[in-house]
Amino acid sequence: MAVNSQSARVILPTDEQILITREFNAPKELVYKAWTTPDLVKRWWSAKRGETTVAEIDLRVGGRWRYAMVTEDGTEVAFHGEYQEVVSNERIVSTEVYEGIPNGEANATLNTATFEDVEGRTILALLVEAPSKEVRNMIVASGMEDGLQDALDLLEEAAISLH
Amino acid sequence: MARRATTADAFNAVAEPRRRQILDVLAGGELSVNELVERLGLAQPQVSKHLRVLREVGAVDVRTDGRLHLYSVNGAILKPIHDWVKEYEQMWAERFEELDDVLDELNTKEEGDGSE
Repeated sequence: MAVNSQSARVILPTDEQILITREFNAPKELVYKAWTTPDLVKRWWSAKRGETTVAEIDLRVGGRWRYAMVTEDGTEVAFHGEYQEVVSNERIVSTEVYEGIPNGEANATLNTATFEDVEGRTILALLVEAPSKEVRNMIVASGMEDGLQDALDLLEEAAISLH
Repeated sequence: MARRATTADAFNAVAEPRRRQILDVLAGGELSVNELVERLGLAQPQVSKHLRVLREVGAVDVRTDGRLHLYSVNGAILKPIHDWVKEYEQMWAERFEELDDVLDELNTKEEGDGSE
């Protein structure tokens, strides 16, 4: 069966937020299952950028989670957090700490994943709330293949060219 | 340090919802402050304040025509910011494509289970 591939949509609703939405050609029970089952998470979380080596999920309020991946150049990228709200097939609220920076706990984001049924299909919305604009921007810029520094340099060049 | 602060501020300046609204309106062509106030339904001091921030980071240009100050969008500085979001979106798109494969398999398995 062919799956209609929808593109992810990212918007920045406020200075501190990132909202990611995507429609899936599957009922929300299955999307929730794929989102919360360690062996299944291992198959999609790395976003084709390496291999997911750790997917630990203790899915209950106060329970902890930890995901890690190893990129093609051997770098480990890991995140962990704690579940704050778990409503089966509906909503998961959790914290997220990036382990790659010192003092990561202070820069934790609060993530809310909601699973909405639309005639047998599912709209997944992931709201990421950062503690500050700076942290939010770092998260967005981390998607750059060339890294944050290259992105900043690029932006700076553009700014300088104006004067 | 000062230079780094400038670049970070550009992102912040553009990421603010009201200022993005101003940029959206200006994308249609250059406008005076009064025209912006009219289009956005905001108070003039508020619009002027946002324009000042956008000018400081180079997101908008201003030129003088007689007694009018006309504002326009500077595409060169907006593009890198747009590109950041696009790359981030691409990362999620690829993650979700992998998730599609998992879901496709779960769907097939469920259908199989149901018929047994």
